[in-house]
Amino acid sequence: MAEVVPLETAVATLVHDGDSVALEGFTHLIPFAAGHEIIRQGRRDLVLVRMTPDLIYDQLIGMGCASKLVFSWGGNPGVGSLHRFRDAVEHGWPAPLELEEHSHAGMANRYVAGASGLPFAVLRGYRGTDLQGQTANIKPITCPFTGEELTAVPAINPDVGIVHAQRADRAGNVQLWGITGIQKEVVLAARRSLVTVEEIVEELDPRPGAIVIPSWAVTYVAAAPGGSRPSYSLGYTIRDNDFYVAWDEIARDRETFRVWIDEHVLRAGRGESVTA
Amino acid sequence: MSHTSDEMMTIAAARQLRAGQVCFVGIGLPSTAANLARNTHAPGLVLIYESGTIGAKPDHLPLSIGDGILAETADAVVSVPEIFNYWLQPGRIDVGFLGAAQLDRFGNINTTVIGGDYASPKVRLPGAGGAPEIAASCREVIVVVRHSRRTFVDKADFITSVGYGSGPGDRERLGLTGAGPATVITDLGILAPDPESRELRLTHLHPGVTLDQAREATGWDLAAAPGLAETAPPSEHELAALRALTTATPATPSRGNQGGG
Repeated sequence: MAEVVPLETAVATLVHDGDSVALEGFTHLIPFAAGHEIIRQGRRDLVLVRMTPDLIYDQLIGMGCASKLVFSWGGNPGVGSLHRFRDAVEHGWPAPLELEEHSHAGMANRYVAGASGLPFAVLRGYRGTDLQGQTANIKPITCPFTGEELTAVPAINPDVGIVHAQRADRAGNVQLWGITGIQKEVVLAARRSLVTVEEIVEELDPRPGAIVIPSWAVTYVAAAPGGSRPSYSLGYTIRDNDFYVAWDEIARDRETFRVWIDEHVLRAGRGESVTA
Repeated sequence: MSHTSDEMMTIAAARQLRAGQVCFVGIGLPSTAANLARNTHAPGLVLIYESGTIGAKPDHLPLSIGDGILAETADAVVSVPEIFNYWLQPGRIDVGFLGAAQLDRFGNINTTVIGGDYASPKVRLPGAGGAPEIAASCREVIVVVRHSRRTFVDKADFITSVGYGSGPGDRERLGLTGAGPATVITDLGILAPDPESRELRLTHLHPGVTLDQAREATGWDLAAAPGLAETAPPSEHELAALRALTTATPATPSRGNQGGG
């Protein structure tokens, strides 16, 4: 059964230096509050896994928390580059960042294999691309029935999977709706998991299109109201598009970035929602 | 009404889409063009965004593929594995609409790295996203990209998404089920592959653009297709619809706290 604990406790217990950690949320329900807690606790040498690194990984990378990134699209959606990510790749600042690069279809299938307890997934993908030559984890495979050449990618089973959701009940059952992305697969693929939620309620009443992740499949649930900002939680908060645009300037310069992190993450009070 | 070259590009791209088609859309120019088509001549166009929103009908342009407006207006919202495995991979989608940082003479797309080598590139781009499988599995691909020598290169520094590979027969050899890039729309004109060699050549010039200008902006010896035509200029209706779309407020109105907290 999932235990409902404070965010600080959950991160301190679950995330260790050197762990592989997947904070997911495909453009929606991005677990910013949990990412900020990882920064505050000063984790190092993490293998960060995420389909769309987004601003939260720009922040973790810029603060030197990561040694490797496993991903499929590293940009600021609708705006442009992730400058801290680029600085790490292009100049090794603040530390060199090893990359393992995939396509979205490949990453999605890797999580599905991880959640399914299979060693790898098969897809019709990557064929003819240069990604095959750069990423050792992309291999051709022949269909044993038809002889068709397909592509295999290994399962992802991160040490820790972290997602944000709209709600949980007191027993730790988690409910989320809207763009559900890859949330369920990450929680089921991970060895340990944390779900931060907008609120903890007495009872989960039905919502259109909602999925429920049963309590016993989750390690920790932590309340983090507003914890997906500047991303959003459908029905609770709206996406702060202006902040995504503003981040371009903040992250462009190392000093401006550090000042922003100091003010908005490091000095932010515990349990207080971190906003732009 | 006078228009900019970007407006001409977006309108020319929108015209490629027809009502009843199912279109996989990326953010930026493709999303603008697809929504313009939906607001003008192709109201029945089905828009799919890789965030899992099928049949999204946004009333303003989303900044990201995850904007709430896409989920709130969609016919169905599915998970990310489902959108790629059940919807894209089997070839259910008619048109894939892509952008590019580099595009080579065979329509191969680079969105990964430019210059240097992979490990220490001069410019690190965002990477693949959904594009490799969109380029492989949609029945056809339309690329929308501004025309310049930096973008239109003889050989891409990195092939992120395959067009025609190194020429005729490559897509078949690789087992790519879709037909590949059918049209490339730029701010100068329209390109399409030569049916024999698969090399991109110019089929249309936008009004006021010369063949020399297009060649000057292309990193290979750009050929003109027989019957090189001039693109019809934007109509007042098209321009008005495009401007209404791009000036619509991007803020999503609050739907209230449905969570009750």
